[in-house]
Amino acid sequence: MHGQHADIVIDPVTRIEGHSKITITLGDDGAVAGARFHVTQFRGFERICVGRPMHEMPAIMSRICGICPVSHIIASSKACDEIMAVSPPPVAVELRRVMNLAQVVQSHSLSFFHLSSPDLLFGFDAPPGERHLFGVAAAAPQLASDGIALRRFGQRVIETLGGKRVHPGWVVPGGVSQPLEADQREAILAEVPEALDAVRRGLEWYRSRLAGFAEEAEALGTSPTLSMGLVHETGNAAYSDGDLRVVDAEGTLLADRTDPKPYWEYLGEVVQPDSFLKSTYWRALGYPEGTYRVGPLARLNVVDRLGSPEADERLGEYRARLGRTPQSSFHYHEARLLEILHAITVIAEILGDPGVLDHHVRSVAAVNRSEGVGVSEAPRGTLMHHYKVDDDGLVTWVNLVIATGHNNEVMNRAVAETAARYVRADRLTEGMLNRVEAAIRCFDPCLSCSTHAIGQMPLEIELRSAAGDLLDTVAR
Amino acid sequence: MKARLATVWLDGCSGCHMSFLDLDERLLELAEQADLVYSPLVDAKEYPDGVDVCLVEGSVSTTDDLEKARTVRSRTKTLVSFGDCAVTTNVPGMRGPIGARPLLERAFVDNADLQQGIPTAVVPALLDKPLPVHRVVPVDVFLPGCPPSADAIYETLQRLLGLASPPERELRFG
Ligand code: SF4
Repeated sequence: MHGQHADIVIDPVTRIEGHSKITITLGDDGAVAGARFHVTQFRGFERICVGRPMHEMPAIMSRICGICPVSHIIASSKACDEIMAVSPPPVAVELRRVMNLAQVVQSHSLSFFHLSSPDLLFGFDAPPGERHLFGVAAAAPQLASDGIALRRFGQRVIETLGGKRVHPGWVVPGGVSQPLEADQREAILAEVPEALDAVRRGLEWYRSRLAGFAEEAEALGTSPTLSMGLVHETGNAAYSDGDLRVVDAEGTLLADRTDPKPYWEYLGEVVQPDSFLKSTYWRALGYPEGTYRVGPLARLNVVDRLGSPEADERLGEYRARLGRTPQSSFHYHEARLLEILHAITVIAEILGDPGVLDHHVRSVAAVNRSEGVGVSEAPRGTLMHHYKVDDDGLVTWVNLVIATGHNNEVMNRAVAETAARYVRADRLTEGMLNRVEAAIRCFDPCLSCSTHAIGQMPLEIELRSAAGDLLDTVAR
Repeated sequence: MKARLATVWLDGCSGCHMSFLDLDERLLELAEQADLVYSPLVDAKEYPDGVDVCLVEGSVSTTDDLEKARTVRSRTKTLVSFGDCAVTTNVPGMRGPIGARPLLERAFVDNADLQQGIPTAVVPALLDKPLPVHRVVPVDVFLPGCPPSADAIYETLQRLLGLASPPERELRFG
C-alpha cells in the first residue's frame, strides 16, 4: 500500500510545520486497511550547496528551516569546525549552547501552545473553525499568552545574541562572531522568572487536561521502537554536543558513548516511493526492525536525567506515571514542556557565570581537513550535517540527516494505527480525521527541513466502498 | 465586517511565517482586526473565496505550487509577495541552474541505501526552475526580507487593512 489508490485524503495536514498529505485506504469490508503520511515538497539542499565556499554554509543551511534555523546553523558550524580542525573557544561553546536551548524553548512553545493546545483545550471533535491559537486566546487567555510569552522569550534570546530572530548570522565556523555584552546578559536574565512561571503553568494545565484524553494518550501511535539521542558523559541530556545513546522499547542499551560522527556506520536511509521524505533505520537491526524515534520523547527515554533540579524532579514523577521508556507518541507533548523548563533553567545557569562575557569567541583557521560532520540535537531530534570540501574550501559533497527523517517510519506507523482505531468509513466525522492529524502533531514534524511539502488545497474527503460507491463526503 | 486574512506557504523555509508569529502579543491585536481564514495555523483545508489580503511565502517550485498560486490569485483582493523567496526565489532559486533531475538523483539514488529511486507516487512534479510569485500571477505588494521583520509585517498589514496610512515612499522592485 503506497498511496497509489487512496480512499480518504487529508490534504493539507494543518497545524504542523510544513505541508503534507495523509492517505487512508479502505479494505473491501470498509474497514481501514492502511494509512500513509506523504511529504510532497522537495528542496534539494544536498545538491545546491555544491561549489559554495564552506564559510557560506551556516547561512545557507539556516534557510533550510525558519522554525529551527539555529539547529542547522549549529550543526553546519560544527561540521566546518571539523574541516578547519579547530575547537571553538570554551565561551563560544557555551554561547552556542545558549542559542540552541533558546531555540528549543521557542520551537517547543510553538508546537505545544500555538499548534497543539487547541486540540487539548477544545477536544478533537470541536468545530475546526475554533481550533486555533486565536480560539485559545478567546477561551483561555492565560494559556495563549503563556505560549506567546515563552516563544517570545526564546526568540528574544536568539535576537539578543544573533541580532535577528530568524536566520541569525552569529554562529560561525570556529565559534561565534560577537561576544556577549553585560547589558545583553542582564536583559536575558531579567526575563527568566516570567518564562519559568509560564512553563510551570503550562505543565499544570497539561496535567489537568490529561485525564480527559486517557484514551488518546494510549492510542495515537504506540508502536514500540528504539529511541535515540545525544547524551553527555554524565548521563545528562545533551543538545549541542554529546555522544549517541540508543535504547530499545524496554530501555535496554543498544549503543552508548558512541561517537555520532560516523553516523553512516549505524544509520541507513530508505527511500519511500510515495514521499519526498526518506526514512532511516538502525543498521544493526535492519529495516524496518531498526525503526527508532528521536526528539523530546526519545531524549527523555535515553537520558539518565535532564540535568537541572526542577525539571528532573518533574521527570521523576513523569517516569513514575508512564514508565521509564514510554512508547505512546502522545507523551511527546509533556516531554516537550519538561524540556522547555530544563532549557530555560540551563540558559539562566550558563549566563549566571560572568565568565560568559569573555571576548575570546572565535578560532580562526583555514581548511585543514577535506571532510567534516557536525551533530547536534534539534528541537525535533538528532541532526547531522556532513560536508566534503576541496583544498580551496569549496564544497564538493553534502549529506544531511534530519530529525524528521529519523521519525518518518514511526510517524507512518502512528498514522496507520490511529486511522485504524478511529476512522469509521460508514460514518466519517471531521474529528476522526483530526485525530489522525493529531498523531502527526505529536511528533512536531518539520517538513521544510526534511524537504518541505505542500499539498493541494481543496479538501474533499470522499468515502467510497470497495465497489466505488460514494458513501459519504466531509469538507472543512 | 472583519477583514479576511490568509497566509500561504509555497517553497519557502517557513521563516517568513515565523516572523509573522514574531508579532507576539500583536497577533492578538490582529485577531481583533481580521479573521485568519486560511493558513498553516488554522484548520481550513480549502482556500476560501473573498480573501482581502494574503501573504504568500516562498517561490513557485512544483506543479502544486503553481496551482495554489493561481487559486490564491483568483480568490484574493490583495496578494502580498511575502519574503525574498517569493520576491526573487532566493535560496530555492539556487537549484535553478542545476535542474530538477540531478537534484532528485543526489538525494534519492546517491544518498540512499535501500529502495533507491525518485519518488513519483502522490508527490507533485518539480518545476525545472523555481519562479518568483510575480512570474506566475500578478502581485499587488512586495514585502522583501529573509524574513521580513515582524515590524515590517505589522506595518504592511495595518496599511493593507486600512488601519494606517501608506508610507511616504512606496518600496518597489525593478
Ligand atoms: S525569504 Fe528567507 S525566511 Fe522567508 S521563506 Fe525564504 S528563506 Fe525562509
